[in-house]
Amino acid sequence: MSYVPSTGAQRREMLEALGMRDWRELYRDVPEEMLLTEPLNIPEGMGELEVRRAVSAMAAKNTRFDTILRGAGAYDHYIPSIARSVTSKEEFLTAYTPYQAEMSQGVLQSIFEYQTMICQLTGMEVSNASVYDGATAAAEAAAMCRDRKRRVTLISAAAHPDTINTVRTYCYGAGEELRIVPAKNGKTDPEALAEMLTEDVASFYVQQPNFFGLLEDAEALGQLVHQAGAMYVMGCDPISLGILKSPAEQGADVAVGEGQSLGLPLGFGGPYLGFMATTKKYMRRLPGRIVSQTVDSAGERCFVLALQAREQHIRREKAGSNICSNEALCALTAAVYLAAMGPKGLAEAARQSMAKAHYLAEALTAIDGVELVYSGPFYQEFVTTAPRREEILSALEAQGILGGLPVQEGILWCATEKASRQALDRAAVIVREVLSK
Amino acid sequence: MKLIFEKSVPGRRCDILGKCDVDYVSVPESFARQTPPALPEVSEVDLSRHYTALNQRVHGVNCGFYPLGSCTMKYNPRIDEDMAALDGFTGIHPLAPESAVQGCREVLDTASRYLCEISGMDAMTFQPAAGAHGEFTGVLLIKQYHDSRGDTGRRKIIIPDSAHGTNPATAAMCGYQVVNVPSAPDGCVDIEALKAVLGDDTAGLMLTNPNTVGLFDENILEITRLVHQAGGLCYYDGANLNAVMGVVRPGDMGFDCIHMNLHKTFATPHGGGGPGAGAVGCKAFLAEFLPHSALAEEPGHIQVRSFQGNFLVVVRALTYLMSLGREGIPEAAQNAVLNANYLMEKIKGTFQPAYDRVCMHEFVLDLGPYKKATGVSALDVAKSLIDYGMHPPTMYFPLIVHEALMLEPTETESKETLDWAAEIFRELYDLGYKDPDYMRAAPHHAQIGRPDEVRASRNPVLRWEEA
Amino acid sequence: MNFPSELQYSKSHEWLRMEDGVAVVGISDYAQHSLGDVVFINLPQEGDEAQAGEPFGDIESVKAVSDLVSPVSGVVCAVNEALLDSPELVNQNPYDAWLIKVESVRDTEELLSAEEYERFCAECEEAEG
Repeated sequence: MSYVPSTGAQRREMLEALGMRDWRELYRDVPEEMLLTEPLNIPEGMGELEVRRAVSAMAAKNTRFDTILRGAGAYDHYIPSIARSVTSKEEFLTAYTPYQAEMSQGVLQSIFEYQTMICQLTGMEVSNASVYDGATAAAEAAAMCRDRKRRVTLISAAAHPDTINTVRTYCYGAGEELRIVPAKNGKTDPEALAEMLTEDVASFYVQQPNFFGLLEDAEALGQLVHQAGAMYVMGCDPISLGILKSPAEQGADVAVGEGQSLGLPLGFGGPYLGFMATTKKYMRRLPGRIVSQTVDSAGERCFVLALQAREQHIRREKAGSNICSNEALCALTAAVYLAAMGPKGLAEAARQSMAKAHYLAEALTAIDGVELVYSGPFYQEFVTTAPRREEILSALEAQGILGGLPVQEGILWCATEKASRQALDRAAVIVREVLSK
Repeated sequence: MKLIFEKSVPGRRCDILGKCDVDYVSVPESFARQTPPALPEVSEVDLSRHYTALNQRVHGVNCGFYPLGSCTMKYNPRIDEDMAALDGFTGIHPLAPESAVQGCREVLDTASRYLCEISGMDAMTFQPAAGAHGEFTGVLLIKQYHDSRGDTGRRKIIIPDSAHGTNPATAAMCGYQVVNVPSAPDGCVDIEALKAVLGDDTAGLMLTNPNTVGLFDENILEITRLVHQAGGLCYYDGANLNAVMGVVRPGDMGFDCIHMNLHKTFATPHGGGGPGAGAVGCKAFLAEFLPHSALAEEPGHIQVRSFQGNFLVVVRALTYLMSLGREGIPEAAQNAVLNANYLMEKIKGTFQPAYDRVCMHEFVLDLGPYKKATGVSALDVAKSLIDYGMHPPTMYFPLIVHEALMLEPTETESKETLDWAAEIFRELYDLGYKDPDYMRAAPHHAQIGRPDEVRASRNPVLRWEEA
Repeated sequence: MNFPSELQYSKSHEWLRMEDGVAVVGISDYAQHSLGDVVFINLPQEGDEAQAGEPFGDIESVKAVSDLVSPVSGVVCAVNEALLDSPELVNQNPYDAWLIKVESVRDTEELLSAEEYERFCAECEEAEG
């Protein structure tokens, strides 16, 4: 099954039109000794039904949990039906990047609307059309903050380990330095930060809420960063912004984050969505695709890709980034999600997630031997001590519950609006049973 | 068409979540948001109609011919979508225990095995989320390799002047100095020019083969040999792999690492600009430098994004690979090349190919002479095609051909479609002589007239604001 | 195309006028014409060093970007702020729309007279086909 529509007779006809006898003549520039002589070591092709069986069998080997109490960068939020139905529309799905504005207004307008929503969520003035994920958004932000004199990037140790490692990798590539600001009691240590904000520091990245679910004193950290003349980058949970202060309100110059929560499935890690927004002042430093409103030859409102002179196809080795795509379909999903939720619905999702997490925390810490590791206010994740951690997690898994993530300090739990009270109670009962054995 | 914000009515909503079955907790005041984000307030029917209307203003591969050169806009099979939508994949947490993700592992391992076989590589990562991201990963393999040997004097990456802009941008992101080598008149690498820039400061070469003008560089073995001789490594930009998959392997051409665009060659949809996936393969001696997730796998490696990449895109690509199988893969490549040569042949005699010889899966028309004769540019021809419901070819790329239109029909177009397309090109060719002004004002029947791009870049309006 | 005779020109298409020891730098009519509609100009800050033959900023049109190369070495003492909001001034009158002024001029690139530059532009045109 190769999806080639031309029949054998048509292929021969086309070859004849080219004055060729067989397909080997099409490859006359390929040195003979390089051509494969044996068929690929791959099974024979299959019909659709056979493939469906084979791939479905692989899916069936995974365990699906009814309740997921694990987050750590990938969150099991509810996905409205409308979000799924819009993004399976075949035109949105199969179009390329909207280079030809005259036949891509649908994609362009949807991105413009997405950019507007990201600005509203973050309180920033300018958003790009998205990047690969939250970790690369952080890495791109670090790059856009550098100038001739300030080259060093700082990142909080309480950020997601994958984010830290990704930023580290981008810095390694560019030959720039990354320094990790230590955490104290699960949060960024402001005293350490103040000391590390030397004259060569370009930016500092903090995650809010941080990897351990704790709310950072982001405003105070931001003041330290600005006093030192550096730029302040905040990584945010987009749903939490329904009820938590926006990055702009907390002084951020660049707001980034992982947009997976906004209607995208867990999907074993991707595709996800990196959002990225900044102030007008830094607009031309923002990497990635950006859509602008303009007018057409008749003076009507329309949308185009803009500010392209920043990008690699024009600037080549002088471009700030090599990115030349976005996660358009994921951005579309996020926009549909945000519009379906509306301001009230988004706040409700945040409030319910926070409520469920606190309910779970209370239920778990009522058990002897389980305590909160950190004391500060938290959002939808928290760390508890966990004697007999492996046993706890196995017992939960056996009952269809994916427990929290094992971390150095114990277990990092997460609850979203999707977890019912009944499921949370059941999880607590299972943990209690394990520990009372 | 109205924006979703302009359809917003205060108080209108969809009830998605319903009631909360536990008590709310209050957000500490110093963290609480005072003004909610001004998201649109709409009903589900508003949403459904809004996005249906937007979708009608999108040209997808399902709508018609999409010969966008270097982008491989082949048909995206629906079964691939069904498989990627299986609950057994979508509902899996990236940090779930190994015992619970054996199916995901099987997908990744199988896809890895097949792609290693196709590319002639020994190891594969799926972490990179796009082609450019794969390039970044691949060049970092080269950098780590030299660093691990203490060979830190290698500061230069060699790139042909015909290369896609991502190649030099990637090299710069990896801290390398870019050395451009001019192409020979036939569009291939100028061996003498290459020899002149090779040296003990050469970190590597980035190359696309078939190259960006759609020609297979017959000196490829000599090119990779020379780079290796100088101590550099060879990076294969897999943008054009569709021409040769199952026919000849980059690994056998002498390349050390490669990225493949799953969203081009392996038929996963482009989604209006993403998500794609840029699988990176390498020879065994580079495998230790491949990226890993610090949290999901093990720390101590480079990492280019969170977790293990765009997994659901890999599911689609694997479904496609299994459908095609060992015989379907070369069949697709051969027909991609056949279709390109056939279309070029049918257009020839009007617009002229920039290189008049057998091409691979795509070819470049040089409209320089035509523009001189008629005043109608490549851009005008591209815009005129829109009126026929055809997506224009890639314009003004590669940069070494000034009035370039680059066509890549792909294997999933029938002879009838190619005949129809060639007819339109011939018609437009004549029209340029008869009524050039009409073409310069094209398109005439599209969603919009030509947009004012100068205005968009001088005074960008990047978000909607209430009047 | 306009090539005022009182100015000197560089092969990277900047013009130079000396005013009481201060070098005034802009781009030529030929340059603005080749670029097309200028949409943004990236300029240095006052006090920055300019190096003869080295870029001091860049200039963008919709689909091209070009380095701005300083014909002199010295210290930037003024930048034309009006261009940040109205880059189209460079298209309208490239010889009024100066980009930077440089003082403490140490050395100067080898420059062309108006006549020589006009001939040079004709050659560039030829090469472009």
